[in-house]
Amino acid sequence: MSVTSQHIRAKPLWNQKKLMPWLFLMPGILFFGIYVVFPIFQSFNISFYKWSGLGEPKYIGLKNYVKLFSDRAFEISLWNNLKWLVLYLLAIPTGLAIALFLNQTVTGIRLYKSLFFFPFVISQVVVGLVFTWFYDPTFGLLNTILTSLGFAPVNVLGDPTLVTYGIILAGLWPQTAYCMILYLTGLNTVDADQVEAARLDGAKGLRMLWYIILPQLRPATFIAFVVTVIGALRSFDLVSIMTNGGPFGTSRVLSFYMFEKALSEYGFRMGYGAAIAVVLFAIMMVFIVYFLRTMYKQESEPR
Amino acid sequence: MFPKPIHRSAAHWQVFYQGMLPLVMILWLLPLIAVAIFSIKPAVDFTNGNYWSWPSSFEAVENYGKVFFASDMPQYLLNSIYITIPTVIGAVALSCMTGFALGVYKFKGNLLIFFFFVAGNFVPFQILMVPVRDLTLDMGLYNTKTGLVLFHIAFQTGFCTLFMRNFIRALPFELIEAARVEGVAEWRIFWFVVLPLVRPAIAALSVLVFTFIWNDYFWAIVLTQGVENTPVTSGITSFNGQYRAAYHLMSAGSIVAALPPVMMFFAMQKHFIAGLTLGSVK
Repeated sequence: MSVTSQHIRAKPLWNQKKLMPWLFLMPGILFFGIYVVFPIFQSFNISFYKWSGLGEPKYIGLKNYVKLFSDRAFEISLWNNLKWLVLYLLAIPTGLAIALFLNQTVTGIRLYKSLFFFPFVISQVVVGLVFTWFYDPTFGLLNTILTSLGFAPVNVLGDPTLVTYGIILAGLWPQTAYCMILYLTGLNTVDADQVEAARLDGAKGLRMLWYIILPQLRPATFIAFVVTVIGALRSFDLVSIMTNGGPFGTSRVLSFYMFEKALSEYGFRMGYGAAIAVVLFAIMMVFIVYFLRTMYKQESEPR
Repeated sequence: MFPKPIHRSAAHWQVFYQGMLPLVMILWLLPLIAVAIFSIKPAVDFTNGNYWSWPSSFEAVENYGKVFFASDMPQYLLNSIYITIPTVIGAVALSCMTGFALGVYKFKGNLLIFFFFVAGNFVPFQILMVPVRDLTLDMGLYNTKTGLVLFHIAFQTGFCTLFMRNFIRALPFELIEAARVEGVAEWRIFWFVVLPLVRPAIAALSVLVFTFIWNDYFWAIVLTQGVENTPVTSGITSFNGQYRAAYHLMSAGSIVAALPPVMMFFAMQKHFIAGLTLGSVK
């Protein structure tokens, strides 16, 4: 009797198990599909049109992309993105250095760690404002310090050759804090026995760091690399707040230039903006694929 | 432990380290400290060019009072709250379900769907901008908090699903198996077995999403405008336009705008950090 009742129950249970995941997934897929996945394809499509946002879009094939090649502003933005990408990576070693500095157990260290992490929690808009004032040529703290040391004052955000570096430095501030916290958590898991054994073998300082500690910190380094690259390519808030792309458009990055073109006060150019977005998306995709591949390898390992 | 614990070093090193700590910290937070000092100075210090001299009087109450009672700042803060809280609830709720589905069931396409969520979470905002703005306009939700909330929920579901699915997969699977053997219905397993176990993940995601959304600027300026609906990040720029060159007020305003996530962080530090490391660095 009990056998048959189990048998009867087994079938709906099997059905239920097949249907269940889809029921649970539906709201999430619906939202994500409508607002994230589908718009990506729409943007690709819009990039083949000339469209002011109002009225009928006009199909112009690859013309938007052809125009990008001779667009000096696009070229500058692309170069600036490269600068962001390379220099932003400095957040990783700097974050590691601060983490090593703070990885002690003295009184009050917890508070110090939190205070060092502080810049990451506040919005980039505020970080931008804070640094704009910091760089200000008339009263900024930077120039106050420079002139009191006998140097000539510099107008960081007004100088086309310096401006992008000035903004990147502002961005490095919260990003370094993020990397620091990743490494601090990572350092907690470092195998103490291994460190002691290496120490007995006479390893210390940089050799210890390179051969014993860093290999164990690989998961932290991986995440730090991914979030830093994504952060560098996503940079928008700081440029928008600190310089609005200036002076003379020299601090634009792709994300900002796209926004400017698509929603500028001189008329919306949605198609051209979409084409810029597609280029940025393609660059980002390289790193996304790398991230997914690494995840896929981890998934393939037995759990 | 690495580096070598400082209390195992010579006494003079210990003193040196203890002295360095506050010094480096002040250097690190210098730009922020400057703004904090600005925010308690009187207006007259700025008109006289006394930017960095000792404040001629302390006007914290006056300055912050103006921000709270004589500007649009309270409305912006309220807007931010009305945008952030529903987003946190929505994104966490959706991802509890997607995370459960992807973490517990084996079915065709599981990993593919999961990777869609993960990849989508990393795409540049600009590739979504034009269509999302259009969709929001079409639904009549442009310049409404609802329009912003709906998008934020959708986008944050990507990151939250990544986190939640990995968290659920790391749970002891035997618990779910045992419940199944008992004949417990699947939705009851979700509600009574899994949900109580993922509470730490819910906490971590809540603080993180709160911070992300509170600090969002891009979507705020793409989907809203004006005092009525815009959150504090884009509100602060109009606030600054209003008080141009009144650095004491702009500084106070910035600090007010930045404060809620900071308080959230200090209140729930452990969860915050667990979330930031994507749960992969334990």
